[in-house]
Amino acid sequence: MTGVRVAGVGLTHFGKHPERTGRDLFAEASERALADAGVDRTDVAQLNYGNFMGELSEHQGHQGPLMAEAAGLTAPATRYESACASSGVAVREAVKDVRNGEVDVLLVGGTERMNNLGTAGTTEALAIAADDLYEVRAGMTFPAAYALMAQAYFEQYGGSKEDLAEIAVKNHDNALDNEYAQFQSAISVEDALDAPRIADPLGLYDACPITDGASAVVLVSDEYADEHDLDAPVSITGTGQGGDKMALQDRQFLARTPAAERAAEEAYDDAGIGPQDVSVAEVHDCFTIAEVLALEALDFYAPGEGIGAAARGETTRDGDRPVNLSGGLKAKGHPVGATGTSQVVEMTRLLRGDHPNSDAVPGDVGVTHNAGGTVASTTVHVLEVDR
Amino acid sequence: MSENESEPVRDEGFDDFLDAIEAGEGFYLECPEGHGSLPPRRVCPHCGATDLEETPLPETGEIETYTEVHVPAPSFADDAPYVTAVVDFGAVRLTGQLRGGETAEIEVGTEVSVGIGENETAGERVVVFRVA
Repeated sequence: MTGVRVAGVGLTHFGKHPERTGRDLFAEASERALADAGVDRTDVAQLNYGNFMGELSEHQGHQGPLMAEAAGLTAPATRYESACASSGVAVREAVKDVRNGEVDVLLVGGTERMNNLGTAGTTEALAIAADDLYEVRAGMTFPAAYALMAQAYFEQYGGSKEDLAEIAVKNHDNALDNEYAQFQSAISVEDALDAPRIADPLGLYDACPITDGASAVVLVSDEYADEHDLDAPVSITGTGQGGDKMALQDRQFLARTPAAERAAEEAYDDAGIGPQDVSVAEVHDCFTIAEVLALEALDFYAPGEGIGAAARGETTRDGDRPVNLSGGLKAKGHPVGATGTSQVVEMTRLLRGDHPNSDAVPGDVGVTHNAGGTVASTTVHVLEVDR
Repeated sequence: MSENESEPVRDEGFDDFLDAIEAGEGFYLECPEGHGSLPPRRVCPHCGATDLEETPLPETGEIETYTEVHVPAPSFADDAPYVTAVVDFGAVRLTGQLRGGETAEIEVGTEVSVGIGENETAGERVVVFRVA
């Protein structure tokens, strides 16, 4: 079985681009990734593409071939939809296809256009990642769903709004020098606590913004990288995916995310590492509480112990295991279909040394954690760099 | 428009379930292993058993988690702020809106009954809890 290298990565700026179409955003990200990889476009044998709400935001289904065209490819293309984990799943399927020898060179990416829907339209569009009969018809929004998990967490393990605010402050700090980030501005704990409430205990600064953007990576087999003398020191060495019941009410746990636990365990086993070997992580912090749940699912902390990690300085950029050095979804932004691949982009840059926060990376092993819905689906990837 | 298109579509199973709650005859589906689930189901989501039996829903449940929603979806625009809660009825949990009480008095563990109310914005049926 061949290894899988990240040959090139590309992003658009994440932020408000309501006037730009999805195809234009993906064209930019994919062009950057292909240029960064230095591979011949005609060698790209497949596009794996993630997108969630294209039918609602752009009246555009069947985005696979459209985006292949935007990227200048004639290769077959498939869209993967798994809510906010759409492009995480696209990456996982790409890794499997390279490993099993199906293809040597793949483009993987994702796009989401959201700001043209406005806040109300985006709230409604995101809600369809929840159970329509039992959750959406009861008035549940995504902030409300994560608020229900936060309340359950506080009830079971303790924790406070201040603990959550520390996570927002950390991720905003990390985004200051990230040119692709939506928010390059610092906030204080007081700012977060004083912000308008969205769904208690979550306020405006506990939530990621509404974001437009695209991401792309070029994955190649070890053999292709060697034959073409590519400078591609980062490999994806582990992949995992987990699932859970769709509706919160049907889950065994409301303050834990077993889908992510299973994905992490599978990815660690696949890479032949354990959580103690991981030196840096990009996790799915769509809401501040989500980062806590991710840290525990990745087994960096026991259930109930991840809540104070940012406040204690353990996950900050000068901590032992920095988390979301990109700024995370919270500050970098969350164009949902683009997020999973963008985490791989950020981690690759962090590990190979060309990210503004690379100097904060304390080791050679990174993990990306991408969650769909209220973590009814999750992918986890392990990335390692040869130095 | 044809006659069929002018009729609002029923979601069989789910709407039957709401009808039953409205009539004070709420139920859940129970498999031979004792796992609970909610309609529509053909298979127990926990063990795959296919012989599911309608079993009476307990009259009251306990709030397991809740939130006051200030930023609603458009179809709940006139309803906000409202309290959404997940209520534990033993074999199953239900998500709905808590009505008729002071939110400051609510806490995890509060006992509530279940009924059907109306969404103010869209006039659609919604699962409603009231402090028992």
